[in-house]
Amino acid sequence: MDEQTRAYRDPMSRVAMRQLLWLGALGAAGLIVLMVALAWASSITGGGSGAGRATDFDTKTITLVLVQEPPQLDSTRATDQVSILILGHIMEGLIRYDASNRLVPGVAERWDIRSDGATFWLREDARWSDGRPVTAHDFAFAWRTIVDPANASEYAFILYYLKNAEAINAGKMSPEALGVRAVSDRVLEVEFERPVGFFDKLVAFAVYFPVREDFYLSRNGRYGTDAEDLVYNGPFMMTRWVHGAHVRLEKNPNYWNRDTVQLNVIDMPYVTSDTTAIVNLFKDGSVVSATLGAEQLDDAMKLRWNIGRYSDGSVFYIDFNFRPERITSNLHLRRALQYVNDSSELVNKVIALPGYQPAVSLFPAWLTGVEGPFRQEYPPPVVTPDLATARQHLELAKRDLGVAEIPPLVLLTGDAPIANKQAEYVQNLFARALGIEIRIDKQIFKQRLDKMTSGDFDMVAAGWGPDFADPLTYGDLYASWNGNNRGKYNNPALDAQVRIAQNSLDPRTRMDAFGEIQRILIEDAVHLPNYERGLVYVQDPRLKGVVHRAVGTDPDYSQAYLVENP
Amino acid sequence: MLTYTLKRLLQGIVTVWFIATATFVAMHAVPGDPLANERATTEQIRRNLEQRYGLDRPVSEQYVVYLEGMLRGDFGISFTQENRRVNDIIRENFPVSATLGILAVTYAALGGILFGALTALFRNRLPDLVIMFLVILGISVPSFVVAALSQLALVDMNAFLGFSLLPVAGWGTLRHMIVPSMVLGLGTMAYLARLMRSSMLEITNSDFIRTARAKGLPPARIFLKHQLRNAILPVVTVLGPAIAAITTGGFVVELVFAIPGLGRSFVEAVQQLDYTVIMGTTVFYGGFLVSMVIVVDLLYGWIDPRVRLE
Repeated sequence: MDEQTRAYRDPMSRVAMRQLLWLGALGAAGLIVLMVALAWASSITGGGSGAGRATDFDTKTITLVLVQEPPQLDSTRATDQVSILILGHIMEGLIRYDASNRLVPGVAERWDIRSDGATFWLREDARWSDGRPVTAHDFAFAWRTIVDPANASEYAFILYYLKNAEAINAGKMSPEALGVRAVSDRVLEVEFERPVGFFDKLVAFAVYFPVREDFYLSRNGRYGTDAEDLVYNGPFMMTRWVHGAHVRLEKNPNYWNRDTVQLNVIDMPYVTSDTTAIVNLFKDGSVVSATLGAEQLDDAMKLRWNIGRYSDGSVFYIDFNFRPERITSNLHLRRALQYVNDSSELVNKVIALPGYQPAVSLFPAWLTGVEGPFRQEYPPPVVTPDLATARQHLELAKRDLGVAEIPPLVLLTGDAPIANKQAEYVQNLFARALGIEIRIDKQIFKQRLDKMTSGDFDMVAAGWGPDFADPLTYGDLYASWNGNNRGKYNNPALDAQVRIAQNSLDPRTRMDAFGEIQRILIEDAVHLPNYERGLVYVQDPRLKGVVHRAVGTDPDYSQAYLVENP
Repeated sequence: MLTYTLKRLLQGIVTVWFIATATFVAMHAVPGDPLANERATTEQIRRNLEQRYGLDRPVSEQYVVYLEGMLRGDFGISFTQENRRVNDIIRENFPVSATLGILAVTYAALGGILFGALTALFRNRLPDLVIMFLVILGISVPSFVVAALSQLALVDMNAFLGFSLLPVAGWGTLRHMIVPSMVLGLGTMAYLARLMRSSMLEITNSDFIRTARAKGLPPARIFLKHQLRNAILPVVTVLGPAIAAITTGGFVVELVFAIPGLGRSFVEAVQQLDYTVIMGTTVFYGGFLVSMVIVVDLLYGWIDPRVRLE
């Protein structure tokens, strides 16, 4: 009998076993008591989820997941996607977008936009959720608050079209001097600093939403911080907001257009940015839709889910550094890289996600020109990948720069998976075709911004999402005075076109200017277009009428409805 | 005992002050601008923002303001959640992390002690080998893998049953807490089991156990009063820091299971360079960790009377 077996046969061990089991049982019982106690404690402090199903036809409820907690829902300060998504459901501006993305009357029933200003006539039946009428004063107050320097609103620049806005924002004038005036409760008069041909598109943006003065002041600086710190004039109102955990929207019974709203409840009891967790929730039937990443796409196809896709309006590209000490300021070097760059290969073979489109211009495909799509009216100059031409330019660049070999170039990039793929592809491509070494400088968000602003790069992977549905949201990006022009590109010819586009009211003249800007950007190889971002998603077949759009509330559930048997 | 407690408290306060200062310095040394956003702001808008957050003042003055606020227990307003106080963020999110953490530690301690004692009793026999294999697995598999796998298992289980037995994610009821806290406690449980096993083995062969048996004490009494109590000592020592580590380290579990805990706010704040939230949560966590260590020291003195004399 070996030593261990003896130890087991020992009466001591058997007693010990019995005691351990007793202790274990006692511990387990204690654990259950503890759990019940903790669950009770968290229910009184206000936890989160009612474990909901994705859809409930009888109560007209849908359940969604939020990718991020909205930082706050004060429309005068909102800047992020999630806040703008929720604001688009709980508030309404003077003008809104309909299901087919046309501008339609919102709080204003009609309007008149001139070269020096605009007039909006408000509808009589527009109401706040507490039953009080929405008046012209609510808009005037919101807009004054935004440009007030004390409010430190990041989006203040988008109101600079209004008379004196910039001076007020700089603290040189009082907010009362802003070019907006409530003539009466139902007439809003706006004065422009300079002509603006797309003011109707601007007022559809969340920053232009109304804020009621008496309510705002009564919250003592906490406006938009919690559900009870808001008053609503949109199709829905927020009835629950547990920070980081749960947002619940319910139909607003005082909304003027309530008959078109078919959902009663939009419940968002999950907040996570983890795409795998979101897809798991969808698979479990807990949420009504999920955005897919590359990892989940195969899985979704195997499960025969109904996969939808759309373009989210953003365009991504590689920017060059034009500061004179950087060799990327050399035109031939940029042209050499431009003739090698192949956005279709990047999109189709490297990114390989449905919904993504190869980019050929700064202006994405969805923009409208004079009448039809901008890119059809003004087709961008085509640069077909051509190795021979690229090498010719490379030789010219070496001669200009007086070097035998092009020194390594630094490509600044972010830490997202697609940014990584893109950077590695570019690195490989330029090395193979031109023998140029690319050093990838991968940085997290704020550090990347820091390096972009200080000009610490040769090339940087950048992108732009639209603020409003006019080509100008892209068109002025490379103007010499624009802070987003991180490579400090400076071309008086382009600046002149931007000024025309900004100051003219004639659609034809403006679009001609954008066409010219597009031509300059490509011929001067100012950047290398990469892709127009797409979103791939799965959605419960019982949910219909969800609207996706490049600008504004996306996705928009305000006109969505449920069917019992799809 | 009183002097001992006071001495430990004073040490704790100095430690927290040091943490606060080091965080402040590190924060301002990190490259990156907390006010920068994808959209470049104009000079004017930037100045307005700087003024709002007091960043236009010299760093020394910012430090004084920060320490003053800390003494009053006020960590200021968040940079990213502009209208919310850091105190509110901690107050709302910490109870969630604490609930999750307490459960996880309880799981870990119960399981660790039980499995550790079992393996010691069955040394080198099948139960020992099986449990130790699982323990090594528990220590080496990172929590994000365990979290993702267990979530997938929940989806499949609910699909198999045809109804939702346990929710896949979310927070609020008892059913939401079970799986995440087990996942969170798994690593610590494995660690404690190993610790318990070796300490049990050491004690089984020690002189005082032999003496106890020789003087004819009943086996039940020997095991409970002499063996288990002494073997638990090292486990209690690591339990304090483990509580703090679990409560603060739940980021991945909180993200995967959509739990509104403080760990998630903290990591997001670091990514966003949200000065006030980073400093507030670091100091809060620092204070929490220090007080946990003090509690364990005092507890240790109670279990092992020799400690107090030192």
